[in-house]
Amino acid sequence: MSDRILTMSRAGREALDWEMERRPEIFCMGEDVFKFGGIFGTMDGFGAKYGPERVISTPISETGFIGMAVGAAMAGMHPVVDLAYIDFIGVCYNVLLNTASKTHYMSGGAVKVPMTLLIGTGGGYNNAAQHSQCLHATVAHIPGAKVVYPSNAYDAKGMLHTALRDENFVIFLTHKGTAGVGWMGTPIRTTLSEVPIEPYTVPFGKVRICRAGTDVTITGLGMSVHEALKAADALEKDGISAEVVDLRSLSPLDRDGILESVAKTGRLVVTDEDYLSFGVSGEVIATVVERDLSALRKPPIRVTTPDIPIPFSRPLEQAILPLAGRIAEAARRLMA
Amino acid sequence: MSELTDELRRGFWEVMTLSRAFDDAMIALYWEGKLPIFQFGAGPLPGELHCSNGAEPVGAGVCAALSPDDMITADHRPHHVAVARGVDLNRMAAELLGKKPGLSQGKGGHMHIYDPAVNFASSGIIAEGLGPAAGMALARRLQKRPGVAVAFIGEGAANQGAFHEVCNMVGLWKLPVIVVVQDNEWGVSTAKSESTAVERNADRASAYAMAGEWVGTNDPDDIYLAAVRAVARARAGEGGTILELKTARLTGHFMGDQQAYIPEQMKQVDPLPLYRAKLIRDGVMTAEEADAIEARAKERMARAMQFAKDAPYPDPREAFDHVFAGEAA
Repeated sequence: MSDRILTMSRAGREALDWEMERRPEIFCMGEDVFKFGGIFGTMDGFGAKYGPERVISTPISETGFIGMAVGAAMAGMHPVVDLAYIDFIGVCYNVLLNTASKTHYMSGGAVKVPMTLLIGTGGGYNNAAQHSQCLHATVAHIPGAKVVYPSNAYDAKGMLHTALRDENFVIFLTHKGTAGVGWMGTPIRTTLSEVPIEPYTVPFGKVRICRAGTDVTITGLGMSVHEALKAADALEKDGISAEVVDLRSLSPLDRDGILESVAKTGRLVVTDEDYLSFGVSGEVIATVVERDLSALRKPPIRVTTPDIPIPFSRPLEQAILPLAGRIAEAARRLMA
Repeated sequence: MSELTDELRRGFWEVMTLSRAFDDAMIALYWEGKLPIFQFGAGPLPGELHCSNGAEPVGAGVCAALSPDDMITADHRPHHVAVARGVDLNRMAAELLGKKPGLSQGKGGHMHIYDPAVNFASSGIIAEGLGPAAGMALARRLQKRPGVAVAFIGEGAANQGAFHEVCNMVGLWKLPVIVVVQDNEWGVSTAKSESTAVERNADRASAYAMAGEWVGTNDPDDIYLAAVRAVARARAGEGGTILELKTARLTGHFMGDQQAYIPEQMKQVDPLPLYRAKLIRDGVMTAEEADAIEARAKERMARAMQFAKDAPYPDPREAFDHVFAGEAA
């Protein structure tokens, strides 16, 4: 073990660099990746190191270049594509929905599409309704796409190694506020981890218990994990022991892991920065209710972004985000 | 390679008659169980069926200009290209019937034909083969292997955003990509003149630093020679071509399309009898030879159809297989 503390950005970069050094089939593409190194610096310096053939800056043509990535994957490459913000999936959703995710199935397993799509999610920094969405449920709803969502540096590196070795289309989400990039201020402490120098994998489809507790389970993903951890600190002062569960992976989803925690605590707060309805928060509750209704001592509570576009003005946005105060208040209600 | 030999032209006739035999056999089967009440899902060949009758010269002419290393994406009307490319006929027929030995084990159907053995793929979404074709060409460049990619689309697909995005990148990066625009004059019921600002999509090539060629005869000889030129440019590193080929759609957008919207003066001509007469006139083959080739094509197709009919359906539990690679199937 090393004692290196890294941001998610630097940790993810290590994984991609290690794999690219050894595997000529991996190449990067996306807008501005050659000069800027990707939205999270995952490809920082790769332009100089690997050259323009393997680090391809594209025109602003997401349908075109993500479609190209699918074709390259079908022809034996493993593209790593940077889509910057998930708000932009509107201009290339067909490629995700109908091609990248369905080719393996529609070919009866004859054609594989090994590719990794890096996407940033989330708000909280006043970027308004078209640059602040999470939309992870919108991609997790697609059969045939794996969707993962690390929230700390250790998982970012291990899950990116896993994604790059997967034979499938993997959507690799990172909340912008968690990545530890320069334009988002001081990194959140709980996103930083001790990261081994050597490569390692973190399997998809396993929750991570970030903090053990006995009274109430709080599930989160991406940024909401860190708000949940803040809430757990506050709750501890009130004598409430909260268990914080990082879902980490939406497809596959670790339904057993969710139920295991709820069976222990009997109370459930589901946090999610995505919109309230038809999303991950409902899926988590449905999982528990379908499998063991008796595990719940109280009806669960959802703390999410409501079904409204993300407002720009700071007091408006802060009022609607699922922040630690709202999460703690929900937990207290369950304990009352 | 670029010479129009007699052997090559007889080959065009073979391929076109086999493609026609495939579609005619499928059309006959399609109506089983669908009369008197038409329902897409009924009968032994369910779903939508978009047949290629009239477009056979496109598949025959273009595919003859390609080598095994080259890669193809086709669209929702893929049969003529697949037959010309040498996609496994038995397994393609079985796939249309949703059978286990089908190319996709019954998971694809007629719009989703994949045969990696001959670098063939298709997509039912309009213009969706363009990006993958360009990506296949990019992959070959990165792998330092030869290979030209050909995306077969319809004239309607040239109005999709993907067309603009992909053609721009093909031109920008001088990728060896040929965009074959099959102009059969109709996007479902919308005429080209009602959907497209320019008369010829090949003219759009200048906007993308690609070469543009237009062939208006629906004759495999002319199509082949134009494709040979496009392939030569691609292999020489001179970049891509938009190759627009006027063709025909004799059996409607899909089975069940009554085509009442087609005015009398736009009735299309079947290219097969024309080409047959031309080859006989040119002394390439006799009428008897032409008939014998056609009869062999029908026999070959009859065997493929029998294979498909005799084949078992997949087990219903297989619906859950192949969602992801690397999982127990």
